[in-house]
Amino acid sequence: MSRRVRLMLFAVAAAGLAATLGVGLAGLPSFGAQITDYARMLNEMAPRQRHVTDVVSAITFDYRGIDTLFEEFILLAAVAGISVLLRPLSDEIRQLPRDKAPERSIPPPSPAVWLLAAFLSSLLVLTGLETVTHGTLTPGGGFQGGVILASALYVVYLGTNYVTVERFQPDALLEASDGVGASGYILIGLLGLLAGAHFLSNVVGLGATGSPISGGTIPLLNLVVGAEVAGGFAILASEFLDQTAVIRTRRR
Amino acid sequence: MSALAYGVVAWLFVIGIYGVVTSRNLIHLVVCLSVAQSATDILLLEIGYRSGGHAPVFVSLPAHPGPAVDAVMQALALTDVVVGAAVTALLLALAVQVHKRAGTLDPDALRATRD
Repeated sequence: MSRRVRLMLFAVAAAGLAATLGVGLAGLPSFGAQITDYARMLNEMAPRQRHVTDVVSAITFDYRGIDTLFEEFILLAAVAGISVLLRPLSDEIRQLPRDKAPERSIPPPSPAVWLLAAFLSSLLVLTGLETVTHGTLTPGGGFQGGVILASALYVVYLGTNYVTVERFQPDALLEASDGVGASGYILIGLLGLLAGAHFLSNVVGLGATGSPISGGTIPLLNLVVGAEVAGGFAILASEFLDQTAVIRTRRR
Repeated sequence: MSALAYGVVAWLFVIGIYGVVTSRNLIHLVVCLSVAQSATDILLLEIGYRSGGHAPVFVSLPAHPGPAVDAVMQALALTDVVVGAAVTALLLALAVQVHKRAGTLDPDALRATRD
């Protein structure tokens, strides 16, 4: 199919799409006028019923907890898929690059970069943990905090040399964090069944509204999701960096 | 106001798909798909918006008079972002392997290398 034919086909399809989208969007309530009764009800009920102040967290991890279970497993499946796609293929080997010209002097990395990376990454770990643990109180939670935690590792890559990090990187720990996080969600869901209620029922003590330990299973689920996302995103970065730094075509 | 708000969604979606159709580079194609996908985020947040509304976080109630916006839509937007990130990462991994096998990232050139 030439580009011309493809563009013409797209024009026809886009016209149909635009018409359908237009009809659909025109049928929506006007912007900013109202929210659904369901949302208004949850906004009023969630703080009293679940002792949380961030209603988004209560919806994500409690009222619609099953959705989030599947969402977490989509992420797990994607990380597993990428690990499979980016493995060393039959004509490739894993080999740390060697210095081919040892007599040539390489300027040492600036201590300022080291210092900045150490400072930034510790700050990111702190922010990540804060975001994960305060998901029930303020905006944030496991998904957001997990990404921030993983980005602490990215800063270490930037501030140092990836090949050096690759030698000490706790791959097993990252993979365990990813897997334990995913299975932890199911285990916490099973607590509900053990207590004689439904799967993922909020059966743990709710605590006082506004205290860091409140909301029953919601902060626990935030913790396991945080572990899963942090491990998953760290694995992602190392898989992609391995492609340029460690995986080589085997010489024939 | 409605026309502008929903027009942005339609424009972002269609321009993203246009980029996918005409792309000459797989990385560019993945970015275009992200643009189209971001239209759904914006649509979700717009449906949940209420004029003068505040975030659905009730930390210190007296400081936030007035209605809260729709928290359900914000939770759905979170799901959307996570799934979008997963899809983007998976497609980029595919692009890496395509480049390794075919030596090109141009989708049109790929067809020529098949036989």
